[in-house]
Amino acid sequence: METAAEPLSALAPGSRGRVISFDLSGELRQRLLEMGLTVGVEFEVVRYAPLGDPIDIKVRGYHLSLRKREAAGILVARL
Amino acid sequence: MEATTQTAEAVRHVAIAGNPNSGKSTIFNALTGLRQKVGNYPGVTVEKKTGRFFGSHGQAMELLDLPGSYSLQVRSPDEAVARDVLLGRIEGTQRPDVIICVVDASNLERNLYLVAQVLEMQIPTVVALNMVDVAEKNGHVIDVSALGEQLGVPVIPTIAPKGHGLVELKQAVSAASLPKPVKHAPMPEIIDREARSLAEKLHFAPEIAYPEALLLLTLHDRSLIELAANDKEIVKATLDAQKDILAAGLDPISAPVEARYAWIQAICDKAVRKPGHQHLSTISDRLDMILTHRILGWVAFLGAMAFMFFCIFTVAQVPMNWINSVFDALGKWVAGHMPDSDLRGLLTDGIIAGVGGVVVFLPQILILYFFLGILEDTGYMARAAFIMDRLMSRVGLHGKSFIPMLSSFACAIPGIMATRTVENRKDRLVTILVAPLMSCSARLPVYALMIAVLMPVASSLQKAGIMLCMYVVGIVAAFAMAWLFKKTLLRSETPMLLLEMPPYRMPSWKGVAIRMWERAGLFLRRAGTVILALSILLWALATFPKPSDPKASPADALAQSVAGRMGHAIEPAIAPLGFDWKIGIGLIGSFAAREVFVSTMSIVYNVETSDKENIAPLRDTMRNERRADGRPVYTPLICIGLMVFYVLAMQCISTVAIVRRETNSWRWPLFQIAYMTALAWIGAFAVYQGGRLLGWQ
Repeated sequence: METAAEPLSALAPGSRGRVISFDLSGELRQRLLEMGLTVGVEFEVVRYAPLGDPIDIKVRGYHLSLRKREAAGILVARL
Repeated sequence: MEATTQTAEAVRHVAIAGNPNSGKSTIFNALTGLRQKVGNYPGVTVEKKTGRFFGSHGQAMELLDLPGSYSLQVRSPDEAVARDVLLGRIEGTQRPDVIICVVDASNLERNLYLVAQVLEMQIPTVVALNMVDVAEKNGHVIDVSALGEQLGVPVIPTIAPKGHGLVELKQAVSAASLPKPVKHAPMPEIIDREARSLAEKLHFAPEIAYPEALLLLTLHDRSLIELAANDKEIVKATLDAQKDILAAGLDPISAPVEARYAWIQAICDKAVRKPGHQHLSTISDRLDMILTHRILGWVAFLGAMAFMFFCIFTVAQVPMNWINSVFDALGKWVAGHMPDSDLRGLLTDGIIAGVGGVVVFLPQILILYFFLGILEDTGYMARAAFIMDRLMSRVGLHGKSFIPMLSSFACAIPGIMATRTVENRKDRLVTILVAPLMSCSARLPVYALMIAVLMPVASSLQKAGIMLCMYVVGIVAAFAMAWLFKKTLLRSETPMLLLEMPPYRMPSWKGVAIRMWERAGLFLRRAGTVILALSILLWALATFPKPSDPKASPADALAQSVAGRMGHAIEPAIAPLGFDWKIGIGLIGSFAAREVFVSTMSIVYNVETSDKENIAPLRDTMRNERRADGRPVYTPLICIGLMVFYVLAMQCISTVAIVRRETNSWRWPLFQIAYMTALAWIGAFAVYQGGRLLGWQ
């Protein structure tokens, strides 16, 4: 069932995933967690910005945008 | 004394907290109407907004609008204020008796995170479940009584723009007895134990020691280091506790957050019924398909910006002409009713002309705030940051720095005030430092004059072309300096971007109007104080000492004044730019406000400028001006050099005053004057000397 973990930034628009773990410093990790991106939460990659960065994701029913740099440190499983 | 203490106790202090975009301001405005006061918290530049309202039995209530925040874990000065108010740590601000926590019902889970933290503060709380209509439209059915039962505090459904639920909300906060929250997210046992033992070491009242300890435990290294300067003992105790938690296999930074979300999840499972995943996309999602589209997104973005500036530069012209004529008429009336004296000169040339020259920008500032308010309220601002972030991150800035820089095209003052949304202090400073490089509207009169001198018969296309070049020079300089500051003086990593993109909404016209009113007040107060004083000073510099010959022409009188002598004195410094001492007087005269250059030059060249719109006589005089050796003064190189100088130089005392206020020190505004003047000198030098090397004159 479980697919291998990959960085969130590898997901194409329209794909869905679940957060597995973080490879980020304490401060960044805490901020993401507080915005609701906790381990186990499901999200959808909605789109990339016109210039290719940042990424707009839908998590816990709202839109959150974050840069690829940070998204690369969020390890997810595709759904 | 006795009486004041009693009234202070009689007034119930209510604080209103909530996430950004939760509709917090709309509820605040609806409760207080225009009975609002805006001030600052001591020592920081976070706005303190308070207002009065009356409870359901007529009792007076003091409502404090806390800055919108996602969490009480501190990252920005705004969040620090929200936390410190709730802990009762801010001088002059009482710890609230009751908190209204506003949550967006259509985005419940994330909004409840702040509620979970607020409940830990042990202050009676009422939850305003706002925008229930939007939640219903999205198919979320919220069982309000179940939600209240689960949270352990009253929950009042509201629809703020329609005024629904406000009476019930007032009733809830006016209740005679308000119990403290009985529930909050259960913490893992080890964290609870460590927080309790850490709380005993803190010198606070027991009811705030536990929430404080819990916040301390979740601090990451960097904020602990910042804290270390204040209390080494507590930092050590915190680090020890964090080690114990780590040893028990939990991460102190994430475990409390996850515990709160787990609690929230359980509550939502009981109180909210959501549609399946296959629900239709909302109108907002469909709008975003256009507004953040790869091509259409740019069209919409550039169109919106172009429309805003069109209004700022054309529509504003009508009221600006009115203001001009009012001040002109006032000056003429005073001149006609007073004998010729220094006092008359001070009144007409100093005060009326000086203050009038600044107040004339009020319509532009109002229009700018009107658009900024609408962009913010509708949620488009977040999309603009989303679209522009890539470009801004190239120079190490945040998408949010884009709006302040954009606003600075109208006027640097609202631009610099808008930097308050930038979280990181260093990034905010960088944005403040470079914002005045954007060509503001006060530069337009200078550009117009110099373009007229350069090319008297230019077509409007040519004029627009030169003008555009000047804007580009300013933009390039701003980005280059931002990059440089981020690499050197204000070195810090490119900040993380975590941007909520709220659903599109109709703007609250009342909220927009209140904000415009506030900003206009701030601007006019400054025009009445700092700018008034400086206008008087500059008038005195240009008037005294008076020439011994009373029949001396105004030009001779100016040449002999302090300003005229200063023009001579700085001539060696500006000679390498090709500027003579007369231009020097213009530079000094316009130190406080750029557009004064035009009127100063008309005095220097003794040209009657009865009509401000008509610069033809001044243009012709300047074109005919010759140096001692017969060469013209205003060669194309000089004209362009002078324009470049005005693009890059600070030359605006109102901006200096606002930077002083926003950075709380003289250090940054003085540094800003220094670096921008140096940059302006280098720019004009490069144009003049570079042009000459290429064989131009």
